[in-house]
Amino acid sequence: MADSVVNLTIDGVPVTVPPGTLLIEAAKQVGVLVPHYCYHPGLPVAGVCRMCLVHVEKQPKLAIACATQVAEGMVVTTTAPEAKAARQGVLEFLLINHPLDCPICDQAGECELQDFVFQEGRAATRYTEYSKRFNPVEDFGPDVLYVPNRCILCTRCVRFMEDVAKEPVLNVSERGDRAFIGIHPEARLDHPWAGNVVDLCPVGSLLSKDFLHKARAWELDKAASVCTGCSQGCNVTLDLRDNTVVRVRPRPNLEVNRYFICDHGRANYRWMNRGDRIEAPLVREGGELVATDWDTALDRVRGLVRGANGKAVTIASPLASTEALYLARRLLSRFDWMGAFQMVQGEEAPLAGVPNLALRADRAPNGTGAELLGYTKDVAAAVAAAATAALVFVLGEADVPVETKGVLVYAGTTLPDHARGAAVVLPIANVAEEDGTYVNRDGRVQRYFQAKPAPGMARPAWWVLSELVAEHEGAVRAVSAEDAFDMLAEAEPFSGLSYAKLGLAGARVRNGAGVPA
Amino acid sequence: MGYPHKPHSRETVILSKYFGDAEARSFKGWKKRGGYEMLDKALAMDPNAVIDEVKSSGLRGRGGAGFPTGLKWSFMPKEKKKAHYLCVNADESEPGTFKDREIMRWTPHALLEGTAIAAHAIRAEIAYIYVRGEFTEPLAIMEQALAEANAAKVFGKIKIFLHRGAGAYICGEETALMSSIEGKRGNPRIKPPFPAAAGVFGLPTTINNVETLVAVPHILKHGAEWYKKMSLSNPKSTGTKLFSICGHIAKPGNYEVTLGFPLKDLLYELAGGMRQGRTLKACIPGGSSVPMLNREETESTLLDYEGCVEKGTMLGSGGVIVFDDTADMVYQTMRLTRFYAHESCAQCTQCREGTAWTTKILERILAGQGKMSDLDLLLELSENMTGKTICVLSDSCAAPVVSAIKRFRNEFEDYIAGRRKPVMAA
Repeated sequence: MADSVVNLTIDGVPVTVPPGTLLIEAAKQVGVLVPHYCYHPGLPVAGVCRMCLVHVEKQPKLAIACATQVAEGMVVTTTAPEAKAARQGVLEFLLINHPLDCPICDQAGECELQDFVFQEGRAATRYTEYSKRFNPVEDFGPDVLYVPNRCILCTRCVRFMEDVAKEPVLNVSERGDRAFIGIHPEARLDHPWAGNVVDLCPVGSLLSKDFLHKARAWELDKAASVCTGCSQGCNVTLDLRDNTVVRVRPRPNLEVNRYFICDHGRANYRWMNRGDRIEAPLVREGGELVATDWDTALDRVRGLVRGANGKAVTIASPLASTEALYLARRLLSRFDWMGAFQMVQGEEAPLAGVPNLALRADRAPNGTGAELLGYTKDVAAAVAAAATAALVFVLGEADVPVETKGVLVYAGTTLPDHARGAAVVLPIANVAEEDGTYVNRDGRVQRYFQAKPAPGMARPAWWVLSELVAEHEGAVRAVSAEDAFDMLAEAEPFSGLSYAKLGLAGARVRNGAGVPA
Repeated sequence: MGYPHKPHSRETVILSKYFGDAEARSFKGWKKRGGYEMLDKALAMDPNAVIDEVKSSGLRGRGGAGFPTGLKWSFMPKEKKKAHYLCVNADESEPGTFKDREIMRWTPHALLEGTAIAAHAIRAEIAYIYVRGEFTEPLAIMEQALAEANAAKVFGKIKIFLHRGAGAYICGEETALMSSIEGKRGNPRIKPPFPAAAGVFGLPTTINNVETLVAVPHILKHGAEWYKKMSLSNPKSTGTKLFSICGHIAKPGNYEVTLGFPLKDLLYELAGGMRQGRTLKACIPGGSSVPMLNREETESTLLDYEGCVEKGTMLGSGGVIVFDDTADMVYQTMRLTRFYAHESCAQCTQCREGTAWTTKILERILAGQGKMSDLDLLLELSENMTGKTICVLSDSCAAPVVSAIKRFRNEFEDYIAGRRKPVMAA
C-alpha cells in the first residue's frame, strides 16, 4: 500500500499533505502559523522550545507540532484552550529572564518573541521579585555579537553551525537557568556563512555588527532581489531605510540558496548607495563633456551608431541585467561584433550541509546570462579589439581602461577617469534601482526588483538601450523591464519564459542550454 | 536483606542474598554460588524463548517507569539488519535511591550475567553499562569483575563495556544516557524515534535498569511461573523489589520484599520505625521524582505499581524517603526543586526556567517574604511544567511541589503569614 497522501484536519480545515509532513508545515498549508522558536525548516528538528504545543484528538498529551508527523484522520486544534494555556506558559517562562529591552534592541519589530507574546502571551509578568539572569555581551565573530540576556536558547545557531555549516563552534554551555550559548574558547564565529545565525536567531540575541543600530525594523522598506556577490544567484531581500540599502538578508529559495546567504553577499551592498553618481547624460562638446537631456544624448548615440561601420565591441559589467546585455548586443547586430564581460575570481566557500550551495569563485551574478547571449570572459581580447574598433560600447563600470580610435559610448552609474574619453556618457541605474533578471550558474533566470529610485536623470540600462534599438530598427519601445524581457524571450534559450513564469523563484532556461555542467 | 542490618523474616531475599558476602564479588566465589549457570543456559536457548520467559514472568522495569521488560525486548527489530545494542542504566542518580549501588558493590557478576542474558535475548553484540560518575567503589568492583569474567570468556560473542558518567542527574534518563555514551552533551532526545528503532549511535537499542537485569537469571533458573507467583497484591506487579529507605528512619538501608508489600510494615517492622518518640509525617515512596504521601496515605499504601498509583504517587525507583514530625516540608520541597533546577539540562523552556523560578518562590516563602498568591502561582507553574517537555525532569520538579502544597498547605501558609520563623536557604 503506497498511499502518497495523508488527510487530516487542522483547526477545522481539511488538508491533504504527503506522508511524513510535520504538523507545523501542514498547518502552514491551511494558513495557520503555529507559534514556534526552535523549529526552522532549514535546520534539524530540536523540539526544545516547546512553544508549538497543539492539541491532537485522542492523544493524552499535547504534541509539539514541529516533531509530530501527520497521520491519516488526525484532528489537530492549535487553538484548543489547553494548547493556548501551555503556550502562554512557555511565553511566560521565556520572558522571566528576558530583559525586555525592546526599545534598544535591533530585533524589535521583527522579533518572534514580541510577535507571539503580543499574539497570545500574558499581559503582565508574575516574576516580579527577582533579578534577571545577566551575562555580558560577547563578541562572537567579525560580524556577530551575542547578547546572552536576550537569548531564549532555541539552539538554532548551534544547529546551524553544527549541521549546516559543519563547523561546530557553538554549543549550549552550563545547565538549567544558567545556560547560555557558548563558543569554543579558541574559535571565532568567522565561518564564511556564519552571518546566517543572526537571521536565524528569533530574538535580538545574535546581532549583526554591520546593521547594529542602523534602523528600526519598521522603518525598513523591502525589495526582493538577487545577490550580486557571485554566480550562485542567492535570492535576497534588500532592506532600505530612506532609500539607502542598510541590510541584505536571504530570501528563501529551496532551489538555490534554501534559507541562507554567505557573509560576502551579505556585506556586498554599500556600492548600491554610492553618492558620486552621474545624474545627467553627458555629450562631448568642444572637447568637454557637458550635461544634456536624454533626447539629445540618445540622438547623439544614434548618429554615432549609424555613422560607424565594421568592428564594434561591447564591454559589459557582469552586474548588467540580461535584458540590457541582450539589447546592447542587438543594438550592434549589423557590426562585426565582439562582446566580453569582466569576471572577478575569488575563493570558493561552500556551505557544507547544503548541496550545490557555495560562495562561487566566479564573482559575477550574470556571467551565465552574458555567456548565453554571446559575451565571452576574455576581456583582454575585447580591450585589444576595442583599440581598432569603429564603435565601443561600455555597459556598466568596467575596471579596465578602454581606449579606442573609434567612438566610445559609456553607460554607467559613475564616471571613472578612464571613461572620460567617451563621446557620450549615459547615466544608468544600479541593481537596486531597476527591475531586471540575472541568470545564475545553473541557468536559472531570476528576477530582481527595484528597491529605490535612481538618482537624477539616471535610467535603467534596458530603457536606454531599448530607446536606441527601437529608433535604430523602427521597432516597438520597451516601456518596462518586462517588455524588454519579452523581446529577449523571443529567442532561445530564453523562449517560453516571462516575468509571470519567473515569479519570485525564477525558472531555468530551456534545456539548461549553454550552462556549464 | 537490609544490609548492613540482619535480614528480616518478612523479606524475600533473592537479589540481595549475597549482600555483605565479600566472596561473592569474585568470579570464583560467584561460580561457587551457581553464578553464570543461567547465562550458559540462556546462550543455548533461542533468543525469543528467553524473551517469552521474561514476558510471562511479568517482570517490569525497576528504574521507575515499570514498563514490562519482556515486551520492551520484543520491540527490537525482528529481522536484524543493523547492529543491536544493550544499554544498562547504572546511573542511579535519583535522590533517595541506592539499590543499584549495592547490587554492583556486592554482586557485580549478577549484573554482568543479567546483562549478557539480556544482550543475547535482544541479539546485541555490545552492551554498555553506564555507571554513575560518583560510584567510584562500585565502578572499581565492576571493572574487576568484568576483567575476571572476560578472562574466563563467559560472554561468548557479547562484549560488555563499562562507561563512567560525569555526574549529571539527567544522564539517568534513557535517551540522555545514550547521548552521553555517544560522547555528546547528555541531553534527552525527542521520542519517537524510540530506542528500539534508533537508540545509541542511531542503532536499535534496549535500555534496562540494573535491578531489572539482575532479576533475569533468577527467572530463568526458577521459571516464569515461580516469579509470577511472587505477588502480594496486584497480579500485574510480580517479583521482588529492593527498597532503599532513608531519611528519618531507625534503620536506613535496602530491603527486598515481594511486590504488594505494605509500606507501613516496611517502615515500622523491617526498617525499625521512626526515631524514638517521633511520628511519621510524610513519605516519598519511589525516589524524589514521585509525589509525596502524608501519614495516612503512607500507612495504607501497598508497594506495587498499581498500589502507589492508587494513592496518587508512583513506585518509581523504590527510593523511600521518610520524613518525621520534625521535618519542615516547605524546606524539604525547596531542597528537592533546587536539585532539579540545578540538574535541568536547559533544553526545554518550561524546565529550564520553571525549575529555577519554582525554587526562587519557595526560597522567598521560606524567607518570610511569601504571598498567599504564591501558592496558586506555584501550582500553575507546576501545571505548565507537567507533561509538556521532552523528558520528565520538569514533571519531577512539579510533583513534590504539587503534592506538598496539597498535603501540607498549612506549613506554607504559616511561613507566608509570619507564624513560622523565616529560614534563609543557604
